[in-house]
Amino acid sequence: MIAIKDLSKKFEKTLSLDAVTLDFHKGDAVALMGANGAGKTTLIRSILGYYHPSSGSLLVNGLDPIKERTEVLKYISFVPQLPPPIKLSLQELLYYVCQSSGVDEKRIYHYANAMKLDIKANLGKSFFKLSGGMKQKLLIAISLAKESEIVIYDEPTANLDPKARDDFYRLLQENRGEKLSLFVTHRIEEVESIVNRQIYMDMGKVVSDERY
Amino acid sequence: MKNLLLISYLDLKESIRANWFIIYSLVFGGLIALFFIAGITESQVMGFSGLSRLLLMYIQVTIVILPIFILITTVRSISGDRDSHILEYMLSFPISLKQYYWGKVFGRFITVFLPVFMAMIFAILYGVIKGAEVPWSIFFLYTGLLFAMSSAFLGIAFFVSSIVKSSEMALGISFFVWIFLLAFIDIALISLMMQERMSTGLIIGIALVNPMEVFRVAAISLFDPQLTVMGPVAFYILDMMSQKMFLFVSIVYPLLLGLFFAFLGFRIFTKKDLV
Repeated sequence: MIAIKDLSKKFEKTLSLDAVTLDFHKGDAVALMGANGAGKTTLIRSILGYYHPSSGSLLVNGLDPIKERTEVLKYISFVPQLPPPIKLSLQELLYYVCQSSGVDEKRIYHYANAMKLDIKANLGKSFFKLSGGMKQKLLIAISLAKESEIVIYDEPTANLDPKARDDFYRLLQENRGEKLSLFVTHRIEEVESIVNRQIYMDMGKVVSDERY
Repeated sequence: MKNLLLISYLDLKESIRANWFIIYSLVFGGLIALFFIAGITESQVMGFSGLSRLLLMYIQVTIVILPIFILITTVRSISGDRDSHILEYMLSFPISLKQYYWGKVFGRFITVFLPVFMAMIFAILYGVIKGAEVPWSIFFLYTGLLFAMSSAFLGIAFFVSSIVKSSEMALGISFFVWIFLLAFIDIALISLMMQERMSTGLIIGIALVNPMEVFRVAAISLFDPQLTVMGPVAFYILDMMSQKMFLFVSIVYPLLLGLFFAFLGFRIFTKKDLV
């Protein structure tokens, strides 16, 4: 699904990714770990087509995420570490998601309910005015409703209380299927039960890649 | 096209709710109201009276404040979204960069042009109710000029927004662009003329590259086709082209300038890292 070969990314003098070579396949549930500045976010952003590689290549289902970004992003759901301060109302944000990605709005409501988030009561509110946990729950609900082949979660439970975390992991188990899941995390114990591969990064390099 | 309109629609909705838009609309609407209250339509200066006089005043003030309003409100459009990680999330959906960028440009254009245009419409309606004669030719010319001027500064703002990484830097550059163009209308050029290092024709040529200057001269030329109030400068301009040609150029040139900068901004937006 994702083929990364000798991928390097340099920001001025800082080498964030140093000749990374990785392959991700259907059914992989990967915990991507490493200290701050290890290159995890740079790798994720490269998959999403935000960064132009300094050298090497990255293909998602054989497609270049920069040149064929709309095709590539049809396959991907993404939840960032910190929900951005989007000023759109919930209704507008849902409209954006459904119109741009063909997501069924009912499915977003379904997963939001499963995450104990009442969308209807907050429809007219600006997204950024919701609490941190509510924002994260909505982004998770959207990611699940999109039914993507590849899901990327960057510290998705950072703002969630223990109950909401349990709901999140339960939903992930239920929707596992033949997907590729990438979890950027610092807490392996949280995702240990759902991942089948652990990758450690340091100084822009992959230092260990264990499958089990 | 569907996604481009989607981005425009959402940008428009978001802008209309924003505080800056309310202030922006109040400033231009308030200006017109203030002119009426102050009795501008009753006064006569250099032969201009009624609605013509009011529109002349409106356009004189607009020359100064419209560019800075457009620059500071638009320049953070992309750089602000990049700063706050909104871009990172919104672009994780299958929207092409072309749809996102031009959708933003289109949505923002409506936001900045509409209040300025509506203020003029309000003036015309109020004038009609008061029984004043409507100067239609001036109204249409000003609409064209405001449209062109909005395009020029919107294009420049999107260009700046694309090249900088932080919105603070974008704001700083906006102020510089505004002050630079404003100063070039008079202060800088007068200094150059006084030093007499350049030919007058060249100095006037430089002045006319400035969209704010083109806008000002075009606005005056409708009241004063011979541009007598501008003194010897009129000789150079009207020697180069007829008054009608100048009016045409004064609308087309800023429009093309805006498009040029907007395209340049788009090119940079697609060629560099997005976040």
